[in-house]
Parts: sequence; C-alpha cells; structure tokens
Amino acid sequence: MVVEANTVRFDSLSLDGGATLAPVEVAYETYGRLNAHKTNAILVLHAFSGDAHAAGISHETGKPGWWDNMIGPGKAFDTDRYLVICTNVLGGCRGTTGPSSVNPETGCPYAMTFPVITIGDMVRLQKMLIDWFGIERLLTVTGGSMGGMQALKWAVDYPEQVVSAIPIASTTRHSAQQIAFNEVGRQAIMADPDWNGGDYYGKQPPARGLAVARMVGHITYMSDESMREKFGRRLRDKETFGFGFDVDFEVESYLRYRGSQFVNRFDANSYLYITKAMDYFDLTEGQGTLSSVLERAQARFLVISFSSDWLYPSYQSQEMVRALRSRNQDVAYVELQSNYGHDSFLVDVAEQAELVRGFLASTFERAQ
Amino acid sequence: MKTSFVREVLGRSDYAIIGEIVEPKTRVLDLGCGDGELLEWLAAKKGVDARGVELSGAKVQRAIARGVSVYQGDINEGLADYPDHAFDYVILSQTLQETQHPRDLLREMLRVGRRAIVAFPNFGHWRVRTSMMFSGRAPRAPRFPYEWYDSPNIHVLTVLDFEDLIALEKLVVERRFFLAGHRGVATLPNLLAEVAVYLVRRP
Repeated sequence: MVVEANTVRFDSLSLDGGATLAPVEVAYETYGRLNAHKTNAILVLHAFSGDAHAAGISHETGKPGWWDNMIGPGKAFDTDRYLVICTNVLGGCRGTTGPSSVNPETGCPYAMTFPVITIGDMVRLQKMLIDWFGIERLLTVTGGSMGGMQALKWAVDYPEQVVSAIPIASTTRHSAQQIAFNEVGRQAIMADPDWNGGDYYGKQPPARGLAVARMVGHITYMSDESMREKFGRRLRDKETFGFGFDVDFEVESYLRYRGSQFVNRFDANSYLYITKAMDYFDLTEGQGTLSSVLERAQARFLVISFSSDWLYPSYQSQEMVRALRSRNQDVAYVELQSNYGHDSFLVDVAEQAELVRGFLASTFERAQ
Repeated sequence: MKTSFVREVLGRSDYAIIGEIVEPKTRVLDLGCGDGELLEWLAAKKGVDARGVELSGAKVQRAIARGVSVYQGDINEGLADYPDHAFDYVILSQTLQETQHPRDLLREMLRVGRRAIVAFPNFGHWRVRTSMMFSGRAPRAPRFPYEWYDSPNIHVLTVLDFEDLIALEKLVVERRFFLAGHRGVATLPNLLAEVAVYLVRRP
C-alpha cells in the first residue's frame, strides 16, 4: 500500500493563547474508504515526534508508517472496514503549519514568532479537517501518548462527534516528571549556540542540542528491562574499554545514532512548541474536577496502559478510568504486560491489536 | 422430592438462572466477570448495558476483545468509584467465598446496584459434610477441589449462613434458586444444593 500525503489550507485558526494563524495548512493521509453513511471514519493521532504517515509505504520516503503494525488491511484498524485518517499536528514540521513554516506577513519562517500552541489548538485544526471531509461522527479517535491527550480532548470538546475514544499510554494532565524531561530537552536545544534564538533556518541548525534532547527522550521511552535486554553492558566494536570519551557501550552508540537520525527529520523549534503544548495539557484546565470534565464526553472509552511504562505510568490511565466510572461512563481498561516501556504501544502491539479489533467491532455494530 | 431440570447457558445452570432473572435493556455489572462470556451473552440476548470488573489481565483482554466493557481491578476495592444505584443488577457469580470482606462487598453491591444477584457454592452440601466427617480433614468435593493451603475459598458458607446474613442486613430476597448439577432442588437446600442463586435488594 503506497500512500501519499495531502495538504488542506484553511483561512485561519484561532488559538487558545489568543493569537490567530492565517492561513493554516494541515497535512494528512488516509487509508481505506469512507462508507456510504460516513460511519466508519477513524482519526488516528500521533505522539510527540510522529507525523501524518501512520501506515503503508510512503510514496515520498519509501518508509512504513509509524503505526503500520496496527493500521492496514486485516489489521486492528482494518482498512478493509474502516477509513483511517491521520494528520500531522499543528506546530509540527511534516507538512502542517509550524514554526518552520513561512509567515506570509514577513516571507520568513515563523521561528520563535510562532504563537505558543496547545493540545486543544491541535484538535481544533483536526476538527476543521474532519468537517471539511463532511464526516459528522468519528467511529473512534485514538492515539498513544500525546495522541491519547488529543483523543481525550476530542471526546470532551466535540462530544457529539466522537462515538468512541482509545487513549493509550496517556494521561489527563502532564505530571511534574513529564514536564521535567521535556524541559531538559528544550534546554539542550536552547543551549546549543546554533539554535540562535530559534533563527537558524537556512543556516546550521542546532543539531547537537536536538540530538541530546532526543537521546533523553529515547531513554524515557524505554524501560530498565528493555535496555538491559537490548544493550546490557556490551561494548561497541571493542573488547576492552577505550579509556576515553568516544563510544564504549552499545547503549551510547544507539543513543548517539538515534539522536543524529532525529536531526534529519525533525525541526528543533517544533520540539520546543510541541513539548510546551504537552506540558500545558490538563484536561480540566484548572476548572472543575476530572469527572465533571470527562462527563461531557458521550464516547465509549477503551483505555490501555503498559506495565513497564514509567513515563506515562498506569496510575495516570487509572485516574482517567476512575473519573469515568464515577459518572458511570462506558469504559474498558486494561494494563498490558510489556517490557518495552512507553514505546510498547508502538512496538509490542499483538495484544493491543486484539483489544482494539474487538472494541472497534462492537462499537461499530452498536453505532449502526 | 420434586426436582426439575434447569437449562444451561454457556454450559452453566447458574448462568441460565441469572439470564432468566435479568430484565432486558437494564444496566448490569458483573463482578469477577472472567473473560466476559456471561456479559456478552446478556448484551446479545437481553440488550443490557454490560459492564464488568476482573482482576486477571489476560481475562480482561479476552473480555474487551469480545466487545464487553471490562475494567481491570480488584472487586474488593473497585466498587467505591461507582455512584449510587449506577446499575439495575450487580452480579457476583461463584466469587463471594473468595472475597476478603463478603459482608462489606454485599453492602457495596447494593449501593451501586438496585439489586444484587449472588451465586455461591454451598458448603453445607452433603458431600462436603461427609467428606469432612469421614476424612477428618478440610473437606474436598467437586465444587471444593482445592487443598486447604491453596484454596481461593477463604470465606466458605452454606445456604443457612447466607440466609443469616440476609436477615442481619435486613435484605429482601426476591428470588432464590437451588441447584444440584442441572437439577433444581426444591427441598432441604442446605443439604442438597451444590449451588445457590439469590436475587436480593434493600427493602
């Protein structure tokens, strides 16, 4: 399945912070077909560093999508039955308007003049796209991590439009620890002289800072156990220590590699803006209790967490589930056993796929 | 002695009775719902809004894959989240004897539900009694196959014990069923019933 990205331009988007972006573009991909009654559409929401390319082989890069193991013919999000839509988030750098986009007023990239955005802003832009498609109700909104935050926001902000929601390895608000790791990443970028106050487009980008930020990120996405299994204390291409500060250990080599790869596909300013949006995320926005906010949702929920995920620990999913139960809302929840840490929802998907498949089938049946 | 055959649901007579008790289009919570087979059946045949609580992650996975909304958690502490009278029926099938605080649980069931359906194995059955009398050891019977040290049954009870608890809690019994195999038991239930099923509510 070779897929192509598309882009739609809208006149303007009002943001939670008070600013307006005009115009605004959103990149998306679709897989499968919309049925006659438009009741089989699924919106898949990507995590921090994802993009609109969720499934299939990219026409542009030749690479599989980030959730290709979950989306496709006969897979959990079965594209023989459902239409799957994935967009690149607002603030991103993969086709949707973000800090690297050109500001039409100046003819230069926005850089740090890009307004600070929120998860709610991302969702509002997605909502414009779904309306543009003429889809009145989404069979499900789903995603892991930051994608789960967007799914929750969708369910609460547009209750009539969301039949079900599947937030995975996610939270109703960013915790101090989650904010702390994001801040380390941001500081690594901003400490790189090449960052230059965000003004580096057409020049040397802050590759070292961005790579360090990504290295920290990767550590938080894995677990102690998965790192032990994957690397242990193995040395990289040597029998003994080098007694220097070049790479000794496999794990060092891996992190450096992942860091350097990331620089080729991600914009440092997008890193700043998107992590800030996650840190600002609190579904209650300080108003009322979690139960009273989630009560606005009419969706059926499937909540999934992973035993070894210490970045978005199960207690955060359980808080969400408890709030839903306290108003007797329809929610299924399970903590899946996995050693892969936060990355589990991307890499250890066999059990997750079965849950999603059954949940979707029964939701689809009931919604007809 | 009058006996009658009870039909089966999913190979179980107590399920058949529960299936008969539950009114269509009601809200049902099944505690310790296993892989959700009863809930799936109730949803399909009675159109109920079916929810479940189950501790075993593997069973919860199978239940969700069946399309049943099941929450992974401990029934001993899990009910506190629900508002009062969230359900028309709260079902506890063959699990009462495994719970930490059966009396508290029964009260919680009747807080979150208008009615409770409790099915439990009867420790007063004659086979259990004779096993203990002749062996002089913790009784073993088809419904109680475990060694005492690894039995999940930490609060075994008889039909009379349950009747006492009902009186103590001043509950109203709407229906009671007694089973031996697939037969209904009409007389001497405390001696002859292997399984009892009660439908109770607050007055």
